[in-house]
Amino acid sequence: MRHLLSAADLDAPTATALLDTADRLKQALAGREVHKLPTLRGRTIVTMFYENSTRTRASFEVAGKWMSADVINVSAAASAVAKGESLRDTALTLAAMGADCVILRHPASGAAHRLADWIGTESATLRAGLAAHVVNAGDGTHEHPTQALLDAATLRDSLGTLAGRRVTIVGDILHSRVARSGVTLLTTLGARVHLVAPPTLLPTGVRSWPVTVGHDLEAALPESDAVMMLRVQAERMHGGFFPSAREYARDYGLSEARAALLPEHAPVLHPGPMLRGMEISSAVADSPRAVITDQVRNGVHVRMAVLYHLLAGVEEVT
Amino acid sequence: MVPPAQRELLDAAAVARTIARMAHQIIERTAPAPPLLLGIPSRGVPLAHRLAARIGEFSGTPAAVGTLDITLYRDDLRRRPTRALAETTLPPDGIDDALVVLVDDVLYSGRTVRAALDALREYGRPRAVQLAVLVDRGHRELPIRADYVGKNLPTARDEEIAVLLSELDGTDGVVIRRADD
Repeated sequence: MRHLLSAADLDAPTATALLDTADRLKQALAGREVHKLPTLRGRTIVTMFYENSTRTRASFEVAGKWMSADVINVSAAASAVAKGESLRDTALTLAAMGADCVILRHPASGAAHRLADWIGTESATLRAGLAAHVVNAGDGTHEHPTQALLDAATLRDSLGTLAGRRVTIVGDILHSRVARSGVTLLTTLGARVHLVAPPTLLPTGVRSWPVTVGHDLEAALPESDAVMMLRVQAERMHGGFFPSAREYARDYGLSEARAALLPEHAPVLHPGPMLRGMEISSAVADSPRAVITDQVRNGVHVRMAVLYHLLAGVEEVT
Repeated sequence: MVPPAQRELLDAAAVARTIARMAHQIIERTAPAPPLLLGIPSRGVPLAHRLAARIGEFSGTPAAVGTLDITLYRDDLRRRPTRALAETTLPPDGIDDALVVLVDDVLYSGRTVRAALDALREYGRPRAVQLAVLVDRGHRELPIRADYVGKNLPTARDEEIAVLLSELDGTDGVVIRRADD
């Protein structure tokens, strides 16, 4: 694995190997006072965040530090980006300083792919030794592969396996990179994915996705082995996608009464940050079937696994 | 005449006798408190379980068994493709003040044991750490020796020692072969 740009980069054996590594890392760190492994000592990881983020950035930083890598955080607001430097120049500057891995969050879909291409071209032609790995930590409304991995890890913890399990994803599918990466990875791992959303919040190409689509949440819940609620991404909405927050919550919010329709074993996931009272009620978010903090915990372990698979072994000859 | 590709050095019965003898030695050196046997994956794990069963049989006090994966502590990670991780299972009350016996199949360069000692340090502070190996084949690269050795087998570097255990290989035995086969 050279880069992790898309959930589609992961075939079933690779995804399973990553999830297994994450489980082993969790096991290796359990019950320890010192959360530190020497595995990536001397490796340098740069996180470049051009969009606000709490959990993803902190999670990558913790993952790198627990494996003894040096982690440097660059945020667009406090860097030369504010002076007008392009993504390409910023990234190549950091790679030239010896970064082994660049973790990129960017509001433009495809930004991580562009970055990987630039680094690949530079290292092949001009500057040997400039060969940072790129991890996509969210690009616009496109992909967020490590979120898909942590959701898969959490579902595996709850359900044992994903094969044949029915996962219902509810809400703002249109603007959700979590949904896009999630559909790809969960399908690769054998789950059957059902989407529930208002028609205005479904992407036009959804018919070509390997999913079933519906608009009735209450009908879908009793048949679901797990339900994943998505945040309504107001910051990406320019125009009226639904009449009002109250109406959205009435039709697509997971209330206590609706959560009771789920089978006993079904967990409730949310990628965070949550809008309590909008897509999920406080009572459900704090109930035992909500595995939202488990998702955060698993996030650190799957990101450690990704860094381990990208950085620990010998460089693959390409 | 073409030499055979591989030669059997210990058969199944000899492996069983060797493990029984090592169990007696461990009891002698660790009495009265039974030790904690930590197997190093992959073949150290079934060996640790077999030693523990024998120790329980001979002394009447069963020995605790755990598993210690050392992959994350190897010094050659960057020379090989990414390795899969194996299981780590330690007793719930930790290893503090325990007498730990590390168990592996073959002692060669000593680098695995060095990694195991590093890994162990992260989990706690054992009273003492000892090392039990089924085969010592020489060619140490670090100042490390075993406390319990099933069989000393002097080898050349281009030879390969394979320990076979029925749990993983379907049969018991120790064979020597040319590394390039």
